[in-house]
Amino acid sequence: MSGWSSPHLLGMRGLAREAIEAVLELAARRRPHAEAQAPPLGLLAGRTVANLFFEPSTRTRTSFTLAARRLGAEVIDYAVAAGSTVKGESTVDTARNIVAMGVDALVVRSAHAGTPVLLARHVDAAILNAGDGAHEHPTQALLDLFTLREIFGEVRGLQVLIVGDIGASRVARSNLWALRTMGAEVTLCGPPTLVPRAFEALGARVAHRLEPELERADAVMLLRIQHERHRAGAIPSVREYARLFGMTAERAARLRPGAIIMHPGPIHRGVELMPEVADGERSVVLRQARNGVAIRMAVLELCLEARRRG
Amino acid sequence: MAERSEPATILIRGGRVIDPASGRDELADVLVMYGRIADVGAGIRRATDRTIDAAGLVVCPGFIDIHVHLREPGQERKETIRTGARAAAAGGFTTVCAMPNTEPPLDTRAACEFVVDQGRRAGGARVLPIGCVSKGRRGEELAELGDLAAGGACAFSDDGDPVRTAALMHRALLYAAMLDRVVIDHCEDPTLSAGGQMHAGVVSAELGLQGKPGVSEDVIVARDLLLAEACGTRVHIAHLSTARSLALVREARRRGVRASCEVTPHHLLLTDEQVRAFDAAAHKMNPPLRSEADRQALLQGLADGTIDCVASDHAPHSQEDKEREWDLAPCGVIGLETTWPVIYTELVETGVISLSRAVELLTVGPVRCLGLDADSQLEASSGTLARGAAADLVVFDPATPFTLGASGFYSAARNSPFAGREVRGRIRYTLVGGRVVHEAD
Repeated sequence: MSGWSSPHLLGMRGLAREAIEAVLELAARRRPHAEAQAPPLGLLAGRTVANLFFEPSTRTRTSFTLAARRLGAEVIDYAVAAGSTVKGESTVDTARNIVAMGVDALVVRSAHAGTPVLLARHVDAAILNAGDGAHEHPTQALLDLFTLREIFGEVRGLQVLIVGDIGASRVARSNLWALRTMGAEVTLCGPPTLVPRAFEALGARVAHRLEPELERADAVMLLRIQHERHRAGAIPSVREYARLFGMTAERAARLRPGAIIMHPGPIHRGVELMPEVADGERSVVLRQARNGVAIRMAVLELCLEARRRG
Repeated sequence: MAERSEPATILIRGGRVIDPASGRDELADVLVMYGRIADVGAGIRRATDRTIDAAGLVVCPGFIDIHVHLREPGQERKETIRTGARAAAAGGFTTVCAMPNTEPPLDTRAACEFVVDQGRRAGGARVLPIGCVSKGRRGEELAELGDLAAGGACAFSDDGDPVRTAALMHRALLYAAMLDRVVIDHCEDPTLSAGGQMHAGVVSAELGLQGKPGVSEDVIVARDLLLAEACGTRVHIAHLSTARSLALVREARRRGVRASCEVTPHHLLLTDEQVRAFDAAAHKMNPPLRSEADRQALLQGLADGTIDCVASDHAPHSQEDKEREWDLAPCGVIGLETTWPVIYTELVETGVISLSRAVELLTVGPVRCLGLDADSQLEASSGTLARGAAADLVVFDPATPFTLGASGFYSAARNSPFAGREVRGRIRYTLVGGRVVHEAD
């Protein structure tokens, strides 16, 4: 646990390689428990973790809940639809009130970039970012690293191609920071209206045509084209996007042998990822979901331990 | 507040007197009699009601801030004209111009007169209202600009928003010129900046916050410089923040366009790098903090004379409004009590501009931008220490360090990017019309 020192997991940007290694190593050790092949642990017995989700999520919330329970913690869900933000209470006040009831860690999901940073500044609890706006989704990046390492043995030197609405994607950002720290090469691909050139100054290659990128990638990460968050008019149509950037069986066939297909979910089948590819042999989508529990066990344990040590 | 009886005559003795309008920079005494500057010179011998020992201090004309938001009427929880005028006095400002994006907006003569009256009652800096360009700030039809001027409006602006269409701006420039008032132009194309939460650039890409591109400012600057040229009128660009906009102003002036511009201390000293902390109270404003390249261009414009004045864009908000998610927090930071110490410490002491130039940017600079001369019939500071001028002046301490905001602010708000910064240039005395409106140890 020596590489980890923070009571919070706010993002992958600036997180040291040693800290990432600490998470990945612990996750590997917790995996039998995460996959329910070993009995739950009591390491967080007596601790309470609150899921504070201001934005709908099923997968990430479920994954964090299972992770906390398999470490023996108590878990509460703060249901936002019925919550006080609709009554005009600020997020900081909401969080302070929950923490006042004896909560040790807040797992925070928000539509607004920076919410976990704000809470870490104002609230006395471990803050775990479960996705904030287009800013960061660190546990997704960690589970993607874990999956890549599992398959390739080593992340350093891998060529990772991320395709989609990069500008609006927290998954793309967290993965970019994490993959660069661990020594992988990252190419971001999509139309210029979705993939700003500014990412070139942030350590990525930027490509606006998919075809030439296929042959060099070890892993292709497709991102959901998000209608609900969509910057109006940034693409002419989802149909055209699918034609230009969707992962079809034909495109998948041009990938190099051993190359894998990843997706953080939920998948828009037929848009960014065709069904036959999503369910095909290159796809590691379910493996990603499974690894998420072990990763979230590791970060809960590390953050709460760091908090206990003060 | 009870009216205090004021000494009729004050001698400010032994200070370094700086008056950019006359080029004066020397050790001298300043004699104030019955609200006016009676004399400036060495060794004035005269019995006065009060003597201020200014040895080691600097005496200069009172500062003028042509861009402040005092929130009254309508948002008195954020600031009032009283707290704003007191904050101004504490910051060395003797005249401030209040933007009309209040609730209701200053689009009637009555609303302008209300601001004038509240300003007189406040007992701090002089307060001049800026009238709306359009009725209700809706960008559709001209407000009754003649009435607004008669009610004391010193200029016109739809600040907070641009003048929405080129056609309306065209009319506003022509009509305002008839009234000898300038249009103050908030330059932003909302179709380009919509949804933007910070400057569009590498940092916005990093943080995943939607950006307002610099070009959203530039296209309106270009539009309105062309309109001012076509109309043959003046135009004043508010809170100019990009290198390209500055180049456009510089180039238009070379062609003879009568354009002036202001910059804020925060755009001169801070960049979008600050946004990484997600501290909206300190760093979210509009225009947003721009890139380092933009900032360097502004410093260049300050030194080479392209920039006419510094304005604070003082924009108070309550902590409740500001302590929230970045994209939910309103734009704006306070600046009245930090502008001078920050400019003095960060730009004068570091040699970017001379002390005289810094004073010019806050005195005769803004006076020229608004055309606040004797003909305007407005009770404004003259920006000079000319004999016979209203005794609006400031005495500051160039040497003793202090921490901004350490003992709070006179403003009702505290959303400042500079709070906690160690600076010099503390305002010791502020006089308005010969009356001491602020005094600090």
